[in-house]
Amino acid sequence: MIERRPIADAVGHLIMLAAIFIVAFPIYLAVIAASHTIQDVSQTPMPLLPGAELLTNTARALFDGPQLVGVSGATPAIVLLMNSFIMAISIAVGKIIISLLSAFAIVYFRFPLRNIFFWMIFITLMLPVEVRIIPTYKIVADLGLLDTYTGLILPLIASATATFLFRQFFMTVPDELLEAARIDGAGPMRFFWDVLVPLSRTSIAAMFVIQFIYGWNQYLWPLLIASDYKYQTIVLAIGRLIRAPDAFYEWPVIMGMAVLALLPPVAVVVLMQRWFVKGLVETEK
Amino acid sequence: MAKVTLKGVKKNYGPVKAIHGVDMEIKDGEFIVIVGPSGCGKSTLLRMIAGLEAITDGTIQIGDRVVNNIEPAERDIAMVFQNYALYPHMSVYENMSYGLRIRGRSKADIETRVQRAAEILQLQPYLQRKPRELSGGQRQRVAMGRAIVREPSVFLFDEPLSNLDAKLRVQMRLEIKRLHQQLGVTSVYVTHDQVEAMTLADRLVVMNQGRADQIGSPQDVYNHPATTYVGGFIGSPAMNFLTCRIDTGQAKLTDDVILPLPAGWSVPAGEYSLGIRPENLRIARAGETAHLQLDVDVAEELGADTLLHGKIAGEEMVVRVPSHAGFHDHSRPGLVIDIERLHLFDRESGLRVATPG
Repeated sequence: MIERRPIADAVGHLIMLAAIFIVAFPIYLAVIAASHTIQDVSQTPMPLLPGAELLTNTARALFDGPQLVGVSGATPAIVLLMNSFIMAISIAVGKIIISLLSAFAIVYFRFPLRNIFFWMIFITLMLPVEVRIIPTYKIVADLGLLDTYTGLILPLIASATATFLFRQFFMTVPDELLEAARIDGAGPMRFFWDVLVPLSRTSIAAMFVIQFIYGWNQYLWPLLIASDYKYQTIVLAIGRLIRAPDAFYEWPVIMGMAVLALLPPVAVVVLMQRWFVKGLVETEK
Repeated sequence: MAKVTLKGVKKNYGPVKAIHGVDMEIKDGEFIVIVGPSGCGKSTLLRMIAGLEAITDGTIQIGDRVVNNIEPAERDIAMVFQNYALYPHMSVYENMSYGLRIRGRSKADIETRVQRAAEILQLQPYLQRKPRELSGGQRQRVAMGRAIVREPSVFLFDEPLSNLDAKLRVQMRLEIKRLHQQLGVTSVYVTHDQVEAMTLADRLVVMNQGRADQIGSPQDVYNHPATTYVGGFIGSPAMNFLTCRIDTGQAKLTDDVILPLPAGWSVPAGEYSLGIRPENLRIARAGETAHLQLDVDVAEELGADTLLHGKIAGEEMVVRVPSHAGFHDHSRPGLVIDIERLHLFDRESGLRVATPG
């Protein structure tokens, strides 16, 4: 299709640039704020050009944590980052393993009530964590899993989205591949490992990116489970940093921490971008 | 190497009967082609031999072993699929050796077998490539290589050439034939293409709606079709069928179209279906009495031959004549039938009528 509409193009670009500005400016501001001393940041208006303190501030956030009025003892960001990492990676990997297996069962095995099971999984798509949070909390509490990594991770692992995505992918794999594998003497699990999993690797990569970010950005669940500072995630900690009104905040260090919290998801997306896009747009057969 | 025996093999999908009971004995080293249009049950039959479909009734024997309840991998067969079914993420070498690796063969053994198969199929330069980097014909050869390395007793081919273009199909057809001569392994080959069927088969099985209408050598099936269905299916263009009344040694099509019959035929008087192959008619020479006058609607020029489509006594008729005869649309040639090559079928049942004499 050939289109030549210069005015529409210009308007379109303008809207796009405005949107980018709206999204990017706060992030820019956070980076700027993290690069000045507290005195500079406290001025009105605050400086809009980078200062020289970025490394100092982020290092302080990383190893000491910002000093807060009314909160005794700060948690250094490195601990928080580590917790977030453990949680996000476990959720992503766990979700992928569980979903691959359940999709495999649903697509390749005939068992009683197969469709009912599929629809049960599918219906949970409509129920986000928040809806089932009270019963889930009760179960986790009864199992004595509060303030543990297991409690943080396990309830978030079941994933209808990923199961559904892998099911759709498996259904596009030609039946003849399974038949060829059967004639070659491969049992079901052998077929799963040797053929299905390698074929799904782009989908797996896409799922990993999506689920890693989902896990990283969890707020409500860690808020309930991790009352002990040792198990807090960075997203949760940022929320807690600025809860006292009229208090004195170490803004540059807080912002340094916010920037640190932003980096891992960005890194995952950037590193896996090629696979991620491939997994969502193309089905390699 | 082994013979394959089918006894009363049936397949039902719920209430739908797909295969009505097939009996067949495939000799050791024989090349059997199962041919028929789509939906006739030919692939189902093959898949039952492979063990990919359960058998509703009857038995299938490979060698001396009844294999009804034996897994495909244990049946000592190898199968080539229509869409090749190569593992897309494995190299040619890995594809060919996968079955051997699962069976736990030694590295050296696998290496010799794959190299030998690659040599037979001229695949050596491509062993490290992925299937998507190969052409259709090469992929087909890899699929065959995967079957060869296993050294099975029976090869099963499920329309292996239908995804190839016409030229490559002819070439691969020849290669399959050569391969069979070289290896001598019992083969069952399914196709809807009657040319493939005729050229490859030691014996043909013509399937019609879940039944084997005829099992015989290509010449036999062509020269003595057992039913009107077989007569119409084998041969291109298809056999012409004319309904007629036979009385006193003559076939009466209408009041003014009367054909003579071969001298020795002794069939009871009655209604029949007369089969005439398009190649068994010719243009009447000057001074010769024509059996028929054909009203040509369309003349299809094929190069060496021309196909004349028209009507005789209200029924469709195709005649193959040499191109130099120079007939065109709307001409009206007189035709002479090769009387000795007429086929007679029962009007009701479509079965061939024996014409002793």
